[in-house]
Amino acid sequence: MDKRTIAAVIAGKAAGNASRLLGRGGGTAIAGLVAERFDPRIVAHLTAQAGAGAICVTGTNGKTTTSLMLSRIAAAAGLLPLHNRSGSNLMRGVAAMLVEEASFSGAIPDAARRLAILEVDEATLPQIMRAMTPRAIVFTNLFRDQLDRYGEVDTVAQSWERAIAANAAGATATGDPGVHVHAPLRDDGETVLVLNADDPAVAHLGRAARGRVLYYGIEDAIAGGAEGEHASDFRTCLDCAVELAYSATFYGHLGHWRCPSCGTARPKPDVRLDRVTLTDNSAALDITLPDGAEMSIVLPMAGLYNAYNALAAVAGAIALGLPRDAAANALAGFSAAFGRQERFSVGGRDVQVLLGKNPTGLNQVLRTIAARPGEKRILFLLNDGIADGRDISWIWDADYEIVVPRTVWTLAAGTRAEDLALRLKYGGFGDDVPVEHETAAALRRALLATPSGETLYVVPTYTAMLEVRELLAKQGGGKRFWEDA
Amino acid sequence: MTQPVLRVAHLYPRLMNIYGDRGNVLCLRHRCEARGIDFELTELSIGDRFDAAAHDLIFAGGAQDREQRAVVDDLLATKAAAIREAVEADVALLAVCGAYQLFGRFYRDATGAELPGAGVFDLYTEHPGEGAKRCIGNIVIEWRSPFGSQTIVGFENHGGRTRLGAGAQPLGRVRTGSGNNGEDGTEGAVYRNAIGTYIHGSLLPKNPALADHVIALALRRRHGDIALAPIDDRAELRAHAAAVRLRA
Repeated sequence: MDKRTIAAVIAGKAAGNASRLLGRGGGTAIAGLVAERFDPRIVAHLTAQAGAGAICVTGTNGKTTTSLMLSRIAAAAGLLPLHNRSGSNLMRGVAAMLVEEASFSGAIPDAARRLAILEVDEATLPQIMRAMTPRAIVFTNLFRDQLDRYGEVDTVAQSWERAIAANAAGATATGDPGVHVHAPLRDDGETVLVLNADDPAVAHLGRAARGRVLYYGIEDAIAGGAEGEHASDFRTCLDCAVELAYSATFYGHLGHWRCPSCGTARPKPDVRLDRVTLTDNSAALDITLPDGAEMSIVLPMAGLYNAYNALAAVAGAIALGLPRDAAANALAGFSAAFGRQERFSVGGRDVQVLLGKNPTGLNQVLRTIAARPGEKRILFLLNDGIADGRDISWIWDADYEIVVPRTVWTLAAGTRAEDLALRLKYGGFGDDVPVEHETAAALRRALLATPSGETLYVVPTYTAMLEVRELLAKQGGGKRFWEDA
Repeated sequence: MTQPVLRVAHLYPRLMNIYGDRGNVLCLRHRCEARGIDFELTELSIGDRFDAAAHDLIFAGGAQDREQRAVVDDLLATKAAAIREAVEADVALLAVCGAYQLFGRFYRDATGAELPGAGVFDLYTEHPGEGAKRCIGNIVIEWRSPFGSQTIVGFENHGGRTRLGAGAQPLGRVRTGSGNNGEDGTEGAVYRNAIGTYIHGSLLPKNPALADHVIALALRRRHGDIALAPIDDRAELRAHAAAVRLRA
């Protein structure tokens, strides 16, 4: 073991513990930052020990849920996941998780049975790809999100394409040969790209790849119903800039697309969702695998977006050669990732937290809420922290109108509560939607407005979700996010 | 007296719709309908011809560089001349972010290549080169409006730096943020009844005075000066006041 790696593990663990003792949350960022100072290649050095190799999950929406699904599938297959499940998905978050899992000697316990499942921020993917060679990378989708941070959506698409092209050219550094542990499940050392065929920007990556590509997509053309949705980011062909034609649209720019000019079209998916039946709390999925085998799963989560997450997870599992039964069982028994349709019980009230951090994701969440029976009480929280995106103009692209019917109570909260209240006014929620800046006060008001036995829907942006969850965990006796399992 | 109607042409609504530009159209509709003014929206995309006499207000929003490239050929081929003609005839125009750049004389991209613009405004935009910092953040400007000095608030996110020629007046002076180029303190451009600006957020909903100014400019040509009755702007003014206090 490299001395630097050992020092990094010890220093990182100490920093994480100190941070937690001081009550500074999960200590996920600081532990990773400190470890990287001691060993800049800490992520490569620790993941290389994982006997089953590594899989990365990236994209705008669905990373956390898809990687949690993969983690459950891996566990069902008898593997021990190394998974940054707190959603801390920058390099430092990945490093922090690995440091926590490592022993003080720098060794990952039970290394032979380990599969690293890394949720990776869109902008961090190129860095991860330079640092290590995962066996597969799952790309979920690419939507507008945090434009103030990434500049343009195209910037992200181009950085992915360059990283993949560099990888294909053999430019990857897999770390010091001395610490590279041979992975028994690894076949050819090449990275399989697992791509969403329905997203033109993601599917386009297949052309930059030299290795194996596995496409997944929804065949069921009636699964959509996205007409009238206003958030769509890749309306033009990435090659010739002509407006794409769609024979089916699922949501945003996901669908059966084709360029009328150059003929580039949605690739035929290898892992196909042939039929999807949505209820207000589940999604029945009929999936066909690359060898023609069929798999039917009733996923206990609502929303077409979760059907996509499950499909992406199945495709990722297929790319890794994990047993199908493990995938089917893990998904049938799946429960939500933190803040994603997560439920808390507070004084007899059912409190459901549904993260809504960009227009496409939020529209899916709003549809999910609208499909639920009964009166709706909704606490919306809009923060403009760095992790939320400081530009909140995206709220004008989301269709809040979807949930107006049967909504009996609404509060606009967060650091940008006034902007949100104005958007809700336009959405038909009333001329004077009340405003509250403090998350704790907002949650108190929302709970007061929700009688016992009723449901409170909380729809926060990312940093607001972390705050809400922490408060709910205290009140409802739930778990804090870094203890989530 | 005939019922006034505001006829709006929204250019490239699907291709140029990033950064919540839809909020501007929602706002114009809301503020017209609240005053009993009919609102007619025509969406014009690639291939559609622009009829200079058919509209009172031309609106276009922001786009990424790729969409902007898709739009520019069509704009120059089928619409630019008629739009210039309309603006000279005092039709109102509101161009935000990408469209603001597109309606200038030219845009010089990061590689130095020059894209011609529609030439509505006497201005040009230059990208300072790959790796240069984008102008990103909350923005507040002082606007000398017909109703006295006002603030306009919102968010800006642009790589290009815009410089005004003698034929264009700035929309306002930057109080917080970068504005046209981060150097001369100007933001946006005004020429006749045409307004261009980098500010989105969306621009109009929380700047109700500017929204009414645009509506009044657009109606004046066919309906004369119409007094826009006050409407319930509590939520609008609250959002405006909160945005004035934001850090850049």
